[in-house]
Amino acid sequence: MKDKGKKVWEEKCFKPQLEKSGGERRNRFSTISDLEIPALSDPSDLGSWDFEEKLNYPGQYPFTRGVYPSMYRGRLWTMRQFSGFGTPKDTNKRYHYLLSQGTTGLSVAFHLPTIYGRDSDHPLSRGEVGVCGVAVDTLKDMETIFSGIPLDKVTTSMTINGPASVLLAMYIAVAQKQGVSKKQIGGTIQNDILKEYIAQKSWIFPPEPSMRLIVDTFEYCANEVPRWNPISISGYHIREAGSTAVQELAFTLRDGMEYVKAGIERGLPVDKFAPRLSFFFNAHNDFFEELAKYRAARRIWAKAMKERFGAKNPESMRLRFHTQTAGCSLTAQQPYNNVARVTIQALAAVMGGTQSLHTNSLDETYALPTEESATIALRTQQIIAEESGVANTIDPLGGSYFVEWLTDKMEAEAWKYIETIDKMGGMIEAIKAGFPQREIADAAYRYQKQVDKEDKIIVGVNKYVMAQSNAIKLLRIDPEVEKEQVKNLNKVKKARDNSAVKKYLSRLSNAASGEANLVPLILEAVKAYASVGEICDTLRQVFGEYKEVVGF
Amino acid sequence: MSERRVRILVAKPGLDGHDRGAKIVARVLRDAGFEVIYTGLHQTPEMIVESALQEDVDIIGISILSGAHMTVFPEVIRLLNAKGVDHIKLFGGGIIPPDDVNKLKKLGVMEVFLPGTNTDHIVEFVNKKIKKK
Repeated sequence: MKDKGKKVWEEKCFKPQLEKSGGERRNRFSTISDLEIPALSDPSDLGSWDFEEKLNYPGQYPFTRGVYPSMYRGRLWTMRQFSGFGTPKDTNKRYHYLLSQGTTGLSVAFHLPTIYGRDSDHPLSRGEVGVCGVAVDTLKDMETIFSGIPLDKVTTSMTINGPASVLLAMYIAVAQKQGVSKKQIGGTIQNDILKEYIAQKSWIFPPEPSMRLIVDTFEYCANEVPRWNPISISGYHIREAGSTAVQELAFTLRDGMEYVKAGIERGLPVDKFAPRLSFFFNAHNDFFEELAKYRAARRIWAKAMKERFGAKNPESMRLRFHTQTAGCSLTAQQPYNNVARVTIQALAAVMGGTQSLHTNSLDETYALPTEESATIALRTQQIIAEESGVANTIDPLGGSYFVEWLTDKMEAEAWKYIETIDKMGGMIEAIKAGFPQREIADAAYRYQKQVDKEDKIIVGVNKYVMAQSNAIKLLRIDPEVEKEQVKNLNKVKKARDNSAVKKYLSRLSNAASGEANLVPLILEAVKAYASVGEICDTLRQVFGEYKEVVGF
Repeated sequence: MSERRVRILVAKPGLDGHDRGAKIVARVLRDAGFEVIYTGLHQTPEMIVESALQEDVDIIGISILSGAHMTVFPEVIRLLNAKGVDHIKLFGGGIIPPDDVNKLKKLGVMEVFLPGTNTDHIVEFVNKKIKKK
């Protein structure tokens, strides 16, 4: 009998051998998130496990094995490297370079002023222009960024939240100037405000008007921009803020459920907008924990969409996701080690069935990536794709006793959190109560203490430490960038029809106080070269600004 | 006579919203017995110096990951000098290239703790280097 088999092995083989060889390496083995894991898994650990219920086939409910029937046999994941720095011209150059080296999709990193809905000449933008992303103030900047890049052939993801609708409008306008219609363009805006309050903290407006704007984009895209993903419901940042893998999984999916609820409350049939909801997860160090996380995510989402929201279209139940390797796992010490970390993390994402992937560069604990380090990051994906063989069969780790045990465990733990948040009245209420924020801060603190005590090892940091680290060449942003950007912004403001801008901003302001969909009005303003700051300030005046409750 | 505890302001200047490190450092220092005030996000150099004065702190810890450190630190130093409170010490951490760490120390920043720092070292630094008033 199965139970007897494993217990017999433990008593007769496992323990005796350990007694001879000095015991196990640790008192307790756990994932990086501190989830305890067994020495061995076998069929006895899976209980009444049913293939069709737990896994089924790729492209079939509950999608555990993958969202598409053919997965990487048909098409590899998109190699979508997040990138952006300095002036729009600098970024356009880097995009052309990445495309020439095999990147198959673009991903825009904006500088902090744009992220917060401000222009490069705002007093709070001093010192911040172009230093952690590309400066975008008006449509002119977006035209430069995508100069020579055919938007009917390349898809683009934009990491932008508060002002997401503004940047989406700019992208549509750039495409239109290229003769490419809204129906043809493809891409994503991150546009996930809930995780901003929880983790990334790049909010502008309070929750209610932010949700209104987000549902406006769902509605607009469902009708006008069918190939666009109007949201990338994210766990990456939640994990970077220090959460465990289970928290990342649970909070992300519960955020997703909050967005679905909001769309339905607007009156949108769930199957009309749900197929284009997309997700974004972290790929951290613990290979199997990450793998199980992705598989559990697909299964949880499929169930929730079917059972909570009554979705009928299988495309509404399909969790498609982008992955980024964990920035917070990179070390400043012995930075070349980061290439090995990123490889393992990328491998987990691929074996977990990601739709697109960004691999970090080795120098990102110091600065934005150089061209060389960005190339190594891209080559890492290409080597996995072309040389490792893992993409040659679908969900190869499916059926592993350990992987299936861990997938079930992650799912069960995530549901506990999801139900807790349900009982609190939903994610917005949970955020107001500070619940996910506290969970994350506690997890981050616990992990730091474990690292300080050498309970969790980071090679080069608390073990195998070297006095001197490799000196590496770093990317420097020229301080002239700020001057140039402000100069260009002033040029645009002088050349545009300022009375038209005033008119459109006024229309937007009036509509913001009402219930109209704001996206067409934002598009109008953007085409007249209204700036990100001007549009967001108009909305700030109607919506107000979010203020965080400070604590640690 | 009861001893006044060392008072520390942990600050997040500029638009950078990454507060994981700042919050951990604040908590570690509080657990070590210091009085810690955390400013929250989006502080200007003026707000930081004002808080430092109001809270009568001995040292300010600045966390910055956005790349704007060579603007922020010098400005805070300038304001501290202008207010005649240059006895208030400065330390920092975040995403700061090694060359800039040296530049910051030359400007008067006592220590910069880069990613991978053991938080025990930060406590040790405050214990050894910061005298109570």
